[in-house]
Amino acid sequence: MLLVHPVRELGQAIPALVGLVLAGRAMGDGQMWWLGPAGVAVVIAVSVLRWMTTRYRITPEQVQLRTGLLRRKTIATAADRVRTVDVTASALHRVLGLAKVEIGTGSHHLGHGLELDSLTVREAAGLRAELLHSSTAASHDTARATSLGVEPLAGVAAAGDHDAEFELDTGLYQDTELVRMDPRWVRFAPFTMSGVLGAAAILGIGSRILNQSGVSPGDVGPIRGGIAYVERNPIWLDVLQGLVALVVLVTVLSIGGYALSYWGFRLMRHSHGSLHITRGLLTTRAISIEERRLRGVELAEPLLLRAVHGARLRAITTGLKASSGTDGGSSTLLPPAPRGVAREVAAAILGDPAPVEVALIAHGPAAARRRFTRALLGALFLVVATGLAVFSGAPPWFVAAGMLSIPVAILLAADRCRSLGHAVSGHYLVTRAGSLYRRLDVLECDGIIGWNVRQSFFQRRAGLATLTATTAAGRQRYAVLDVPVPMALALAEQALPGLLGDFLTAEATS
Amino acid sequence: MVLVFQSSGVVMSRSWSHTLDSCNTQPACVLPADVVPFASAWQCGLMLLRDPVHLVSPRAVAYWTVRALPAWIIVLAGELLWLSSPPDDTGPRVVVPAVTVLLAAAHLIVMPRWRYRVHRWEVTSTAVYTQSGWLRQERRIAPLSRVQTVDTERGPLEQLFMLANVTVTTASAAGPLRIHGLDRATAGALVAELTEATSHSQGDAT
Repeated sequence: MLLVHPVRELGQAIPALVGLVLAGRAMGDGQMWWLGPAGVAVVIAVSVLRWMTTRYRITPEQVQLRTGLLRRKTIATAADRVRTVDVTASALHRVLGLAKVEIGTGSHHLGHGLELDSLTVREAAGLRAELLHSSTAASHDTARATSLGVEPLAGVAAAGDHDAEFELDTGLYQDTELVRMDPRWVRFAPFTMSGVLGAAAILGIGSRILNQSGVSPGDVGPIRGGIAYVERNPIWLDVLQGLVALVVLVTVLSIGGYALSYWGFRLMRHSHGSLHITRGLLTTRAISIEERRLRGVELAEPLLLRAVHGARLRAITTGLKASSGTDGGSSTLLPPAPRGVAREVAAAILGDPAPVEVALIAHGPAAARRRFTRALLGALFLVVATGLAVFSGAPPWFVAAGMLSIPVAILLAADRCRSLGHAVSGHYLVTRAGSLYRRLDVLECDGIIGWNVRQSFFQRRAGLATLTATTAAGRQRYAVLDVPVPMALALAEQALPGLLGDFLTAEATS
Repeated sequence: MVLVFQSSGVVMSRSWSHTLDSCNTQPACVLPADVVPFASAWQCGLMLLRDPVHLVSPRAVAYWTVRALPAWIIVLAGELLWLSSPPDDTGPRVVVPAVTVLLAAAHLIVMPRWRYRVHRWEVTSTAVYTQSGWLRQERRIAPLSRVQTVDTERGPLEQLFMLANVTVTTASAAGPLRIHGLDRATAGALVAELTEATSHSQGDAT
């Protein structure tokens, strides 16, 4: 328990300590050698003090955290405002049997979250159970009233063909497992962007280190050998080998990243009305999402993932940061997985398979024309730009590359047309759009707190509008793109009956 | 290209857009019975959203004109500076500022008047409804039960024209309803009315 802080802070202080050691050597002909060890001692002392001065207290009404020796800081939050309790354990934490508890209150301001580092695993689990239980109990009545789309366990048994496995966890929980990661899902990893980003990061950092260290790449033995080898070969072989190397690098990185983030992924439903996610290979995370804060799900199918019949699932909830870091953020309900599994999980979570299976209503010829016009205008711009470049002296294959954008644009527009659609199914508004990043949003109608109807000049001419449902959850806005105006109004009226009633008219007035 | 519309699994013909136009004469449409909840009067009767009732203050036209002026002045000043540098080829140097002046005049004449026709608002017993924009127009509707705060604000320029704007926020970051260019009395009355209406609603409006 005492070890985590000093080790981590020493790690963070390494640049300063290196500076101190160098300064100690340089000054006073080695007389100041003690500067380095003294720095280490100070860092350790400070981190031990930090640990000693941190106290937390949980009363039925409040969660309090007090920190600091010289500058004391007390953070208190009402227990029934606790929205999420995440338990994270890094590799170091796990070796020592510790965990970090992050308590989220839905406040978006930095520094307002409560973070209790280095509790024992048992304490952390107990604390999580206690906090979630008190929060759920305090607002149980409102939960009943607001979570219309959430059905208890019976819905799961009916909807999914997962083996409903009951087990007792820490003596307080009764959980139903909705889904567990299948190791074969790792095959989807190379079809996400994480590997590409990872490779870019590594290349970027590598080149910076080379730059800063002042070593010319040509002086390093292996690199010089490599350059000589590349120069010996014909250029097509170089390109081929480079591509293969890049694909291998991206694949390895993305598989590694997938495993690190999602290994052992389990999604469970707790009988008190919350979803629990545990995942991670080295750093493990346990995330809870209260179902009364759940307003729907997003089923994302980026083009590459869609090509191999994969999809990922994300929760639309109030009080969760919508950030999507490298490991998908805390709203991830399912990592890249087979599309069928994603649909089943969505159905189980929503308690109704209809919203994810429903046939969507297409948006009509005007919307399709708009897709093609926009894509082709972009392509035309590229052709003109490359044409001008060639005109002013660039190699002629530029134009060929520009021309290539026309068929790409047509394919893209066709796919965007196919994706576009919406429906109202049960208590849910369902909308889908996009091609490179296709997303199906399923939003609970009760979570919609207003409509924005936007029409650009060209949309007005085409009789289309973009209908946006505003909500307090997730992305805050879920748009139905380019839908014919009467259809948009029908949709809005069906999702939230009565709201538009006063403002509708049978004829055009504008 | 043949486009096929699907509604609850039922394939409709491509004549849907014709259906919209000719619905009044063919009330039954071509829609099968099992999609009635969606396809009833809403889809066939050419229902439209009417404009909100109230216009903003006529002084808003002057306000929008003055507000758009500085950007054009800066652009023009930059061009005049370029014009006054050593002369070598005066042709484009005169044409560019002349075009700018024309564009600015068109924008300053058309935009505020267009905006004045578009910017409208309305409050009923259940909802707030606003309309804004000119080239790109947006209508926003929020139920009063979901309104969280009502602010009124007067910037320096707005004070000069004795105007105020009212912002109605909901729990969503995407949905504040702003009404620009109200005269002060109307803004005050509107805030009072909204505050009164929303004080009755319960819950945290998420």
